[in-house]
Amino acid sequence: MSDDHGHDHPKHELSYYAKRIYAMRDLLIEKGVISEKDIQCQIEYQEARTPANGARLVAKAWVDPAFKARFIADPKAACQEIGIDATAINEFVVLENTPQVRHMVVCTLCSCYPRPILGRPPDWYKSFNYRQRSVSDPRGVMREFGLELPDEVEVRVHDSTADIRYIVMPMRPAGTEGWSEDDLAKLVTRDSMIGVMDALPSLPE
Amino acid sequence: MTPASGRFNPGDRVTVKFEDRPGHLRTPWYVRGKHGWIERVYGDFLNPELLAFGKDGLPKKTLYLVGFDYDEVFGTGQGPKDKVLVDIYDHWLEPLA
Repeated sequence: MSDDHGHDHPKHELSYYAKRIYAMRDLLIEKGVISEKDIQCQIEYQEARTPANGARLVAKAWVDPAFKARFIADPKAACQEIGIDATAINEFVVLENTPQVRHMVVCTLCSCYPRPILGRPPDWYKSFNYRQRSVSDPRGVMREFGLELPDEVEVRVHDSTADIRYIVMPMRPAGTEGWSEDDLAKLVTRDSMIGVMDALPSLPE
Repeated sequence: MTPASGRFNPGDRVTVKFEDRPGHLRTPWYVRGKHGWIERVYGDFLNPELLAFGKDGLPKKTLYLVGFDYDEVFGTGQGPKDKVLVDIYDHWLEPLA
């Protein structure tokens, strides 16, 4: 592989894995398996999937009880209804938080995550620390995210080990009656849809 | 979801097999050998233990949501009602009398 093959590599020192990825990318292009354009399209596709998709779903479910029922009964159809492409997900389950029950999602075996509606997982979601402590000490993890729950609340930790992808539907914050869906969506953070915290109580500054 | 062909129904008590072997196993260590219950039946899915090695994944395996109490899995330390719920395939489960 020469250095003269039409695209730039980072100039700084690369990690072992980064070097390996660039080497594989160059070989795949050199052998005609994929093209530069394929890679660019894929990057754009990945970047277009963000937690804003999940936030739109949750905000709509908050204001529209019929949509909420459809979202819970058939999440993929609900996504399609508002123009979110969730076809890449095999099966998709909505976990509804209530004053009595909080859900939290982890994949202890790897980093399974509902990417079409939440985008790429945050680094902490993939860390060994989160993957271990979310199951062994979920209340401790929630506390670090600022959520302190009384004992009578039931915490349900979902270990997403197989074909199902989970999204938590956080509770609608008090005092948001009459808000627009767009404003409500701003309260629905990525972390609230993983379930480590509640939705924001007020609009971020 | 596809109709399920598996052996268990919601509410059934189950034990997760305590097994280990090389391969793409989707049953976490911390629940192997533990007692739980079928919370939900998700349907039949291609077997990831075969798919991971380029095979067709057939026959399909029924996937369940299996619930565990904290006392059973991790001992104490969490809220009295807290639960861990894990997606587990039929062939990893045994009926618990």
